[in-house]
Amino acid sequence: MKFEKKDILDIESLSRDEIGLILDTADSLKEISSRAIKKVPTLRGKTIVHFFHESSTRTRTSFEIAAKRLSGDTVSISASTSSIVKGETLADTARNLEAMNPDAIILRHKAAGTPHMLARLVKSSVINAGDGMHAHPTQALLDMMTIRERKGRLDGLNIVIAGDIAHSRVARSNIVGFTKMGARVSLVGPPTMIPQGIETLGASASYDIKEAIGDADIIMMLRIQKERQESFLFPSDREYARYFGLTAETLATAKDDVLIMHPGPINRGVEIAPEVADGPYSVILEQVANGVAVRMAILYLLLGGPR
Amino acid sequence: MKRTVIQGGHVVDPETGIDGLFDIVIEDGKILSVGDSKPGTGDWKLETIDATDKVVTPGLIDMHTHLREPGHEYKETIQTGCLAAVHGGFTTICCMPNTQPVNDNQSVTDYILKKARAAGSVRVYPIGAVSQGLKGKNLAEYGEMKAAGVVALSDDGNPVMNAQLMRRAMEYAKAFELLIISHCEDRDLTSNGVMNEGVTATRLGLAGIPNSSESVMVARDIALCELTGAPVHIAHVSTEDSVRIIRNAKERGLPVTAETAPHYFSLTEEAVLNYDTNAKVHPPLRTAKDREAIRQGLADGAIDIIASDHAPHSSVEKEVEFEAAANGLIGMETSLPLSLKLLEKGFLSLTDLVLKMSVNPARVLRLDHIGLKPGNPADLTVIDLEKRFTINADTFRSKSRNTPFNGWQVKGKAVITMVGGKVVFNDY
Amino acid sequence: MSTEQVILQAPDIDRILTRITHELLEKHRGTENLLLIGIWTGGVFLADRIAARILSIDGTKIPRGDLDITLYRDDWTRIGHQPIVRKTEIPFSLDGKQVVLVDDVLFTGRTVRAAMDALIDFGRPDRIELAVLVDRGHRELPIQANYVGKHIETIHNTMVNVYLKERAGRDEACVTM
Repeated sequence: MKFEKKDILDIESLSRDEIGLILDTADSLKEISSRAIKKVPTLRGKTIVHFFHESSTRTRTSFEIAAKRLSGDTVSISASTSSIVKGETLADTARNLEAMNPDAIILRHKAAGTPHMLARLVKSSVINAGDGMHAHPTQALLDMMTIRERKGRLDGLNIVIAGDIAHSRVARSNIVGFTKMGARVSLVGPPTMIPQGIETLGASASYDIKEAIGDADIIMMLRIQKERQESFLFPSDREYARYFGLTAETLATAKDDVLIMHPGPINRGVEIAPEVADGPYSVILEQVANGVAVRMAILYLLLGGPR
Repeated sequence: MKRTVIQGGHVVDPETGIDGLFDIVIEDGKILSVGDSKPGTGDWKLETIDATDKVVTPGLIDMHTHLREPGHEYKETIQTGCLAAVHGGFTTICCMPNTQPVNDNQSVTDYILKKARAAGSVRVYPIGAVSQGLKGKNLAEYGEMKAAGVVALSDDGNPVMNAQLMRRAMEYAKAFELLIISHCEDRDLTSNGVMNEGVTATRLGLAGIPNSSESVMVARDIALCELTGAPVHIAHVSTEDSVRIIRNAKERGLPVTAETAPHYFSLTEEAVLNYDTNAKVHPPLRTAKDREAIRQGLADGAIDIIASDHAPHSSVEKEVEFEAAANGLIGMETSLPLSLKLLEKGFLSLTDLVLKMSVNPARVLRLDHIGLKPGNPADLTVIDLEKRFTINADTFRSKSRNTPFNGWQVKGKAVITMVGGKVVFNDY
Repeated sequence: MSTEQVILQAPDIDRILTRITHELLEKHRGTENLLLIGIWTGGVFLADRIAARILSIDGTKIPRGDLDITLYRDDWTRIGHQPIVRKTEIPFSLDGKQVVLVDDVLFTGRTVRAAMDALIDFGRPDRIELAVLVDRGHRELPIQANYVGKHIETIHNTMVNVYLKERAGRDEACVTM
């Protein structure tokens, strides 16, 4: 099939076939990272701007490695402040980037929807590397790749996503992606962290983690941001860990072949106990490795062809 | 001496109960008669305006606008705001006090009125601040502002969170017969919300503002109205709950009035899909259910008034990240055609529309002249109900372009705006 | 109307692969340090068949790798969209080895150029050779095959298609005018 998207902004705008093609391509490209010379010439002469408006270590590194393994030229810009603080509008920023004629702009931004706005303003491909609480499509794709590698499929699996659903772009993208690929998604967490209308995305919600994980094939734990405690979402790390975290004891009720995932970075001892994060069910580091492959696949599919 | 006759138009004035084909005779800027009377003969120059197939109404009043002057002249000036008003068919507008400096004292009121006189088209009535600097701490000087010309009081976008301050404001305002206009919003419930809370916000990953953020304050202010006996006017009602609470208060005979804006009966939260910052507004656009309740509230009288909440912003505030974008949209040049859609949909009659857009605001604000009574200044609007056009922000007289209605096909617009017998806008 | 003309039938292909296998073994005096790498897609199946023949003649199972040259292409402008990338599997070192690349059709030489670029990223073989089922001429790069099944004369825009059982259900090479 042809891949004709200009941008990768969210999972909602990708078809099941397009997701399948990205994952197949990522499977093929994964091998490059295990070579002695970890580089192919595919994107020679392509300029890829990494525009990170919010701090990120792993996503940014993963994108940079992906671009470099395909021989793309990468430029990094970071800005800790919003453009409006500098007196420059987003449109000004877009026009300035466009004037340098990059082939792709990889944007991480604190504010939801910013990649969509940028994509409307520039001719280059825009890849969303996470926007506010909205979407993190490459994370969802690497999660799907990891599950498919381990389970051979996504169709028909029971996937539990646990924790702060309301503030998680990873959860949103994964709910959309998993359900699109035929998995059943259940959400679990304190009611203060389950957003209104989430069932319209095709997931069910409950508040008891032990009950929720009983028939799960996959348990994905989300990071708890400790500063959220100030907005009355939960009383303390201790109580959160006890009622909503994943401990070895909670896990005892899960299936024998369950996989534990986490988009990182982990709060050990809050949402996930250390022995679970490092335990035999955990595929957390495979997720990281597959992140490079998925991002290479996206860069190849967006920039590899004639434009 | 000069006499003007507006001939053959369908005159609609709920204040005098006139509804039919009549001629309006104007002399010296005042209405002489509305009827079949001939202009007569005498020592005057006669000017005739043919209003055949047109509707003639008392001048439209927009009691909720932001003219941005003094302080934010790059968004709008009193002059451009007045031009936008007359193009939209308005003869009278009220401007909110959130300027820089804030209109919380007579010198700012004087300044606004001086600028408005210089603009020389529409009548401008300033609204003064409830609290000094809109800070919600101390009462502003209502007596002096009233003397200078304010017609009402509001902290508008900076809602009065302190209930005790609101109580005292309502009590104190009684002494000067000034109406308190309340922007009902509980800031704690709004928190960091940027659009309506619900399905669309969840999908877009934007923080939501619940309906209760508005309705709890509507309920509070109605309770304070009952406590103090002072009238209260609820600005830009956006939710079903608010409409119900207001309707209930009216049934109980409380002096509560309410307005809504065209975007609340025209749009839903889905206008925000695609992160269109021009659809970012406070209160936020709500669901289809709320929109239906607003239309119903207009139909049954729970909502008295349509006001635009004209809020100009430049690209500096709007061509930015959705979360960082300013709230508000401009409305004076789209308010009438959007409201006319409610006639087509059967929610309002033409008489209702004139009530909501002219007579009721004049009554609520206790203006001196209401409707087309002989002796009143000849403020009137001639409307062509059949005129079809496409809303094009580039043709707006406002300095700003922040409208979510660009490109909408609409029917009906003001073709003549007359203030004090003078034609200030003519697109016949 | 285009017409397809068969130039090799199944028994022809069998005989050619047997001959090439013998040539390989003769030239290399056995199988020491010998590796076969098939180029996706046709070359992969042909390399499998040659490896099977080596096993039955010589009794040795020689290392097999598969190579997808998509990522090394220089002819993006000639194709409508990005080809699907298949798995490259070369799970051994190429240092000091005798590598035989296997492909179905040799035409411009650009695929082989890309394949050699790729191989060099995997190490430093002592020698790279090329085996093809059909050489149809019209080279655009200075590349020759060491083992050729059949030379055919074609005009430039003729299509040469090799159908193999593993994928197409039949063994046949055809020319389409």
